[in-house]
Amino acid sequence: MSKLVSFFGQKVKVINLGIPSFAEDLKKQGVEVMHTEWRPPAGGNKKIQALLAKVEAWQSKVKAGKGAR
Amino acid sequence: MVVCHLIRKQTYFDSVTLMLIGSQVKKLDGIENAVVGMCTDYNIDSLKRLNMYQPEFDGLTPNDLIICIMGKDKATAESGIAEVEKRLKSRKQASGASAELPPATQEEAARRLPEANVVLISVPGEYAAREAAQALNNGRHVMLFSDNVSIEEELELKTLGVSKELLVMGPDCGTAIINGTPLAFANAVRSGDIGLVAASGTGLQEVTSTIHRLGCGISQAIGVGGRDLSEKIGGRMTIMATRALAADPATRVIVMISKPPAEKVLKPLFAEFKNIGKPVVVYFIGADPKMIEEQGFVAARNLEDAALQACRLSNKKQYNSEMADSEIKKLADNVKLPAASLRGLYSGGTLCDEAQRLLQPVIGEIFSNTPVKGCKEMPDVYKSSGHCIIDLGDDNFTRGKAHPMIDPDYRSERLVQEFADPSVGIICFDVVLGYGSHPDMAGEMVGAIERGRKKSGRNPILAACICGTEEDPQGWQQQKARLAEAGVSVFPTNVAMVKFVQHCLERK
Repeated sequence: MSKLVSFFGQKVKVINLGIPSFAEDLKKQGVEVMHTEWRPPAGGNKKIQALLAKVEAWQSKVKAGKGAR
Repeated sequence: MVVCHLIRKQTYFDSVTLMLIGSQVKKLDGIENAVVGMCTDYNIDSLKRLNMYQPEFDGLTPNDLIICIMGKDKATAESGIAEVEKRLKSRKQASGASAELPPATQEEAARRLPEANVVLISVPGEYAAREAAQALNNGRHVMLFSDNVSIEEELELKTLGVSKELLVMGPDCGTAIINGTPLAFANAVRSGDIGLVAASGTGLQEVTSTIHRLGCGISQAIGVGGRDLSEKIGGRMTIMATRALAADPATRVIVMISKPPAEKVLKPLFAEFKNIGKPVVVYFIGADPKMIEEQGFVAARNLEDAALQACRLSNKKQYNSEMADSEIKKLADNVKLPAASLRGLYSGGTLCDEAQRLLQPVIGEIFSNTPVKGCKEMPDVYKSSGHCIIDLGDDNFTRGKAHPMIDPDYRSERLVQEFADPSVGIICFDVVLGYGSHPDMAGEMVGAIERGRKKSGRNPILAACICGTEEDPQGWQQQKARLAEAGVSVFPTNVAMVKFVQHCLERK
């Protein structure tokens, strides 16, 4: 549990995806935050999204395989 | 009536921003209806249901924005569209105030803020798991505010989170305070030695705020989402979070708040708690406290009691409720109800649940849209009859609308409706302060009260509880003063307000 416990002592720095007011509230508190102008991937096209998901799954398998070596 | 529309292709805004703007524009003179939203299946269905669908919407994607206004004439509908555009423009300026264009993806955001350690996700549910997995794979903790994430996706994400010792808060997690930073809907509270793990957002807000007002403080408040203690998820995040709090030198007392866990999860969870070596306060909403006490833990009777017990264990001295029972009773003794029925209009689901549980054994038949054991389902959630305690944050009321903690419109409308019912003697409601919440909910409720009194000529007794702290952006005292001036009896906790309601109803 040492990794999570050591995180408890750190400053929170946030990437915000979605509702902008969450990022604005954090900024007001002096928290470092990067708000993202997020939008649905592949222009919202479900077929291309499904293909992208397959590519991502394949990429993470390759990444995991490399890590194991 | 005339329908006018505007399409902005490849222009994306989040649903909360759009719903709030739609709801504000709908209130303008001569405007019958307004749909402002991305071209999602849900919005298309709404447009068809409202007879506002236009052939030009065929073939649009969820990245295309639709502004569709029904007005008394063309000029009014067009002015509605112009108003929406004006509000969207100022919204865009507020969020993108920096000179640099904001990043469009998580990858780009991470390149610009590589030391980011938390990703706060409130994108539509169907995309949320993908973003959460990406965050975890890059070593970042996740707060998943989005709902509509499947339990299978939740299991996958939490398994990944546990393997990397990263928090997965949620899905549907509205509240967290991590390392002193309130995330999403959370209150400004003092740092201290009480660590909380909770499945309920408003439950967490009520307990952390009460702890603060009692003079104690919070080390961490970790929201784990309503399904974490289900059989399928097996309490993965609850167990990881409590283990971390057990090892955290800044945490001396641990509080757990949740609905009762699935039977198969309960045993391993209790076994975990026994290994903690720190006092544990448990509030399993609706469960028999004896079952908790028999295991050697401190059982809380309600949310306020969870805060009192945690403070007692933190400072090794007795803490009393902020408002004594005698004081509450005295207030109620001065009240004469004009009629017999209660209406509870809640924005916080757990607070609504708590009110039903406390009142049902004493006042008898209660109807709700989210009935707890012993209470009855409302035949029509839009029309009250008898004693009703309603969760206005429930799906029935929030489809296509922002949550009542952000958008007070439907609750205000409902309050005016309840005023007009001659059987209503008392109306109670919650005001939830903090980051994320409406900037002046008390002011909105006072406006509705004034409209209700004027329209009905009636004056039912009014009671409110304010969940929050003086340090919240809205200020506890300021919100209290606003309500008190309008003749509302104000209470620091839901439990105190419910006791007042109970005394008033018993005296009737």
